[in-house]
Amino acid sequence: MSNRTLQFKIYRYDPDKDQKPYMQEIAVEVESTDRKLLDAMVKLKAKDDSIAFRRSCREGVCGSDAMNINGRNGLACLTDLTTFPEGKPIVLRPLPGLPVIRDLIVDMTQFFKQYHSIKPYLINNDPPPETERLQSPEDREELNGLYECILCACCSTSCPSFWWNPDKFVGPAGLLAAYRFIADTRDQATSERLDNLEDPYRLFRCHTIMNCVEACPKGLNPTKAIGKIKDMMVRRAV
Amino acid sequence: MVNRVVVGAHYGLKDWLAQRVTALVMAVYTLVMVVLLSVTGGGFDAWRGLMAHSFVRFITFIFVLSLCYHAWVGIRDIWMDYVKPTAIRLTLHVLTLLALVGYAGWTTQILWRL
Amino acid sequence: MAKYSVRTFDAVIVGAGGAGLRAAIQLSESGFKTAVLTKVFPTRSHTVAAQGGVAASLGNSEEDHWHWHMYDTVKGSDWLGDQDAIEFMCRKANECVIELEHYGMPFDRTDSGRIYQRPFGGHMSNFGEKPVRRSCAAADRTGHAMLHAMYQRNVKANTQFFIEWMALDLIRDAEGAVLGVTAMDMETGEVVAFHSKTTIFATGGAGRIFYSSTNAFINTGDGLGMAARAGIPLEDMEFWQFHPTGVAGAGVLITEGVRGEGGILRNSAGERFMERYAPNAKDLASRDVVSRAMTTEINEGRGCGPHKDFVLLDISHLDPATIMKRLPGIREIAIQFAGVDCIKEPIPVVPTAHYQMGGIPTNYHGQVVVPHGHSKSAVVPGFYAAGECACASVHGANRLGTNSLLDLLVFGKSAGESAVDELRNSPKAHKPLPQGEIERALARVDRIDTQKGGASVHETQLEMRRTMQKHAGVFRFSDLLKAGVEKISDVHKAALSTEIADKSKVFNTARVEALELENLIEVAVATMVSAEARKESRGAHVRDDAPDTPEHPNGRDDANWLKHTLWYKEGNRLDYKSVKLTPLTVETIALKTRAY
Repeated sequence: MSNRTLQFKIYRYDPDKDQKPYMQEIAVEVESTDRKLLDAMVKLKAKDDSIAFRRSCREGVCGSDAMNINGRNGLACLTDLTTFPEGKPIVLRPLPGLPVIRDLIVDMTQFFKQYHSIKPYLINNDPPPETERLQSPEDREELNGLYECILCACCSTSCPSFWWNPDKFVGPAGLLAAYRFIADTRDQATSERLDNLEDPYRLFRCHTIMNCVEACPKGLNPTKAIGKIKDMMVRRAV
Repeated sequence: MVNRVVVGAHYGLKDWLAQRVTALVMAVYTLVMVVLLSVTGGGFDAWRGLMAHSFVRFITFIFVLSLCYHAWVGIRDIWMDYVKPTAIRLTLHVLTLLALVGYAGWTTQILWRL
Repeated sequence: MAKYSVRTFDAVIVGAGGAGLRAAIQLSESGFKTAVLTKVFPTRSHTVAAQGGVAASLGNSEEDHWHWHMYDTVKGSDWLGDQDAIEFMCRKANECVIELEHYGMPFDRTDSGRIYQRPFGGHMSNFGEKPVRRSCAAADRTGHAMLHAMYQRNVKANTQFFIEWMALDLIRDAEGAVLGVTAMDMETGEVVAFHSKTTIFATGGAGRIFYSSTNAFINTGDGLGMAARAGIPLEDMEFWQFHPTGVAGAGVLITEGVRGEGGILRNSAGERFMERYAPNAKDLASRDVVSRAMTTEINEGRGCGPHKDFVLLDISHLDPATIMKRLPGIREIAIQFAGVDCIKEPIPVVPTAHYQMGGIPTNYHGQVVVPHGHSKSAVVPGFYAAGECACASVHGANRLGTNSLLDLLVFGKSAGESAVDELRNSPKAHKPLPQGEIERALARVDRIDTQKGGASVHETQLEMRRTMQKHAGVFRFSDLLKAGVEKISDVHKAALSTEIADKSKVFNTARVEALELENLIEVAVATMVSAEARKESRGAHVRDDAPDTPEHPNGRDDANWLKHTLWYKEGNRLDYKSVKLTPLTVETIALKTRAY
């Protein structure tokens, strides 16, 4: 593949100078070594240094460069340039449902507040032993598909329930984290965790729309985790 | 009153579970009625004949109650998502409840008038 | 009206990667008013990208001992590591890893329920006999699991984070004591002086000085730049680790754990060439050894691909179930960045800049130490450093895989503990802020906002990275180093007069990048000048004019060069200090020729 020119339409808003947001049309030439959308965006920024976006690891583990790409949430560093159809501009917008600070940078306070609300840490009130707490490989396996979350917010910001109630609904990312601790055999706070979630908003705003599953760049399944939380609640209630 | 986001109502499981159970009841009822109607054939007389059995009246009554409860949870969720002011939302909740209770009563009246 | 406000804390930690978060746990749980400043949300720090594991001689799968670990680390460092710090680290390893497990880190498990351990390059049993399983792992996402577990522990401890704040400069008074940092809120552009009794730098490395690097965009050596500008020397900056297996073209890291699980490096003839370079350890030799072997294969025409410019990392002979269980992230990376499914095909890899062995000089308590008066290691009051930005020095001339995560745990904790001790013994009141120190940082921001006719940030950083790659790469050449010193000083001038178009106050990332470049370039100059001056080959620093001779095996010259480099920004001056060859309790690990 040789050099080619990519057309972009990018959501721009700088509260310091713009009255309201607008879409900027801009083109950039990429080389065959530029594989990912983030590579192209770095070139874009060299052309116009006022385009603001977050990025760090550029390999899909830090979760910085989540954005809305052609209408779908994803990470720029994991989005192949070859997936974009020729002749159509690539439309980049900030993650939906969160306040925009500037351009593609959103204010994630609400998202992290929900994550923090589920007590995202191991609770075990026994005195720590001198060695590790034992856990069988099978019990450890239960954490797979849960602990890998990178907190990029692709899922929660694609969830209509989170759009309507970001202040009250924990959202898929937070609920996935909640189940990560419920599922951990070393954690002793299962019933408090379930109490904390038994609420028409915090957990039960999830209507199994499953946008979160489609949006997750790490291939995780928050809906499944939420289902397991509900299962546990039923099991303890009946 | 302080204006702060409050959660922790500690209900929801019962409603969520009830919504699933009532859905199941309605699905089974629908299936049973389709079978019965295909045996007895359509038309007003066939209907009337069917509803003359107190068992059919009874399961229809259960169906309507399920429908009302199912609708209550669903409609309430819609008000919770889209209507933010508490006073208006409470009013809508009450109106919804009154309407559903009214429908249930009306259905009972129809069923046992036959 | 002052252009800045002042906020007061007991402790300020700059950086919220592994070392910063570990130090923060120590301070928060001790009840001190602590501010953690970080450019990115803590779980986005680059510790998150570490894959293979953290070293600790737990002996969960086979017999192991901290003394063997210490031997391997000294040997890996090519005897440039300080043996007191290395003993301290290896002895503390088990405690620190167990603590992490108690925090909730989801380690993989052995059948008996203990922490899973895998072999890693350079880690041997019985003083270098045969590879040992010492790397404690959570699949191939150990850094991610660790960073999240430590962030979570900080949430529990209620640590106060200042997220998306960039530290600009150190505040030092006339006696040289550190009194905090000046920092900028990236969201608003506001500059605030953080006045504190203790300051801990945990700012990570500066791998972005190289063109081809496994490092994140944020690894810009901010702590090193700040320290250098404040007159603190940088130690052993010539030693940079090139990781053998970065994905060709993309630079993304492929963990050494792949070779630990049985992966093999092959050249264009399909030959397992490491058998020739390291007959004993083979593919699990130390990283500098493997990187040089690969570069030699490529240089001698045995590279793969149309341009013969990479070698292949083959794990297709492994059971797919093992790959899916132990290396799931690697398979994802291979598919994403190399376009191959490593279950069926080998991954194209090249040596890629990865880790900075040098840094801000510290002792094993995490205290920053500089030459002062008669001492070569006088403590700078109130100043600590830990993690990749610090040089304790446990890695010497070459770091062993999995020792970086251990370094940040052990020294993050020990810096935190030392700061707690200092706070408990310090007077109640803060020392007064000196005049003019904060203005120094403000002037740098002002300069960037108002500069006209300057160089582009993007072009200048590209120029710097190309220069470093060409002049200070895997193999170093005396003429290239000499020319490199000239060239990098030109780039240095350009980097201090960059111009940006974006003048906004709100989340101005162009300004952040310009500030980062000012830090990177100090590291680049330190690296080039230190490398040019060291006229021997040792560990990761191998020069053409210091070849392998009977008199100097591997080109190492202990008579003249068994010493740490100290580079000062002012006047590009170099100083040296001796290597600490005396451990804390055991006998010195005697100098020996390094072979694997």
